[in-house]
Amino acid sequence: MTVPALVEQFQYGLDAPICLTWELTYACNLSCVHCLSSSGRRDPRELSTAECKAVIDELERMQVFYVNIGGGEPTVRPDFWELVDYATAHHVGVKFSTNGIKIIPDRARQLAGSDYVDVQISLDGATAEVNDAVRGPGSYATALRAMENLAAAGFRGFKISVVITRQNMGQLDEFKAIADRFGAQLRLTRLRPSGRGADVWDELHPTAAQQRQLYDWLAARGEQVLTGDSFFHLAAYGDPLPGLNLCGAGRVVCLIDPVGDVYACPFAIHDSFLAGNVRGPGGFATVWRESELFTDLRRPQTGGACQSCSAYDSCRGGCMAAKFFTGLPLDGPDPECVKGHGEHALAAMGSTAAPRPSGDHSHRTQPVPVTISRRPPESACNESPLAGFRPGG
Amino acid sequence: MPGTRAGFDLDLPWQLHPQVSVRPERFGALLYHFGTRRLSFLKSPALLTVVSSLGDSPSARAACRDAGVTEAELPTYATALGALAASQMIRAREAL
Ligand code: SF4
Ligand code: SF4
Repeated sequence: MTVPALVEQFQYGLDAPICLTWELTYACNLSCVHCLSSSGRRDPRELSTAECKAVIDELERMQVFYVNIGGGEPTVRPDFWELVDYATAHHVGVKFSTNGIKIIPDRARQLAGSDYVDVQISLDGATAEVNDAVRGPGSYATALRAMENLAAAGFRGFKISVVITRQNMGQLDEFKAIADRFGAQLRLTRLRPSGRGADVWDELHPTAAQQRQLYDWLAARGEQVLTGDSFFHLAAYGDPLPGLNLCGAGRVVCLIDPVGDVYACPFAIHDSFLAGNVRGPGGFATVWRESELFTDLRRPQTGGACQSCSAYDSCRGGCMAAKFFTGLPLDGPDPECVKGHGEHALAAMGSTAAPRPSGDHSHRTQPVPVTISRRPPESACNESPLAGFRPGG
Repeated sequence: MPGTRAGFDLDLPWQLHPQVSVRPERFGALLYHFGTRRLSFLKSPALLTVVSSLGDSPSARAACRDAGVTEAELPTYATALGALAASQMIRAREAL
């Protein structure tokens, strides 16, 4: 098998990302407690329709296969459907994440008719009680209605995307049942301490015992359940889960935010991971190919404190964003290291301030939930385009 | 199904699936199937030449020969093509 050689290739970066995440707006009708992009209010500097189309033209030239569109709630942009049509007409596939607010029956029928559009409905609890505690009142009903509309329109295999938390971990089978009921595919992703997620990570992130439970559950289901490759740090429990097991930040994936800023990963909205802006002279291609940050991320990395770990080949020290926003060194163990090294490192750090996300677009009127505040990310982690990657051939 | 890993039929005419997009890379190419939403890769530029010419060749064997694949290398290519067929990246032209 030549898979390791290929992983090397990916590590050193590609001329164009395989897919990327594009957050079209910071505006959102919800205020999920764990929103990775601290969304709520629209940023007045948002890319215009014409600017978005120019980005799509560029992605077409670079042969980016598809974009994961998120936000905020992307469908609240008045030109959203126009941009989706424009992308697919230009051979850039679209997968968009939504809370379901605009997925009315007519729209669902249109979506069902396109091979180049995939829909991902966010749901963070298999019951209204668990879901609405993080995503807000009524959000469960909205998501379920969208699913019903898609299923009724004959859209097979849309995604139901769940951010795994301490509170919903006990509902794995129920989530699977919901997906089966709608002919949808379940996708579980990891909670990162990004955006507002930083404020609730302590209360929401799974316990060590729950991580083990999740690993066993996923391992038993193989490719039936998607994970966006986001749990590769769990590989240290045993066999790697399906996927390439690699942090793709700046190497095979990145984020374009609503104002055109390009970050290494959707979970890394911080000046330290800002590579440039699509409005710059060379556009997105130049940022991707020449930015100092991305060049740096593509250099061989040292495993630091993880180097001697037996699981290093598959875990590779885990998630860069999770380390960064918990204040841990980037070349050390993940805060959720299954060998417990992250916990120790966090404990040793005490309450030293971890870096804060660079932007906050939260609704100002939103009362900050104090009691058992719970917040999972609005759009799921799209970091790994390699999810479902088949190392065959 | 024709062309599972166990037995890829080199003598059939094959073609790239119309919903597959191919992007050349240093190591060969990346393939993305818009129908199955799966990603795959070709691990060498020679394999890319073979795959790109499948649709215009009377058989996969001919496509390999024209790309300079030797008799000794043929089984490896058959395996690689078999994997691509199994994931619907390529399909037999009769299947049209
Ligand atoms: S979410 Fe973490 S592991 Fe995934 S690409 Fe981003 S930084 Fe890397
Ligand atoms: S020590 Fe590092 S490589 Fe080993 S399991 Fe923990 S995070 Fe992963």
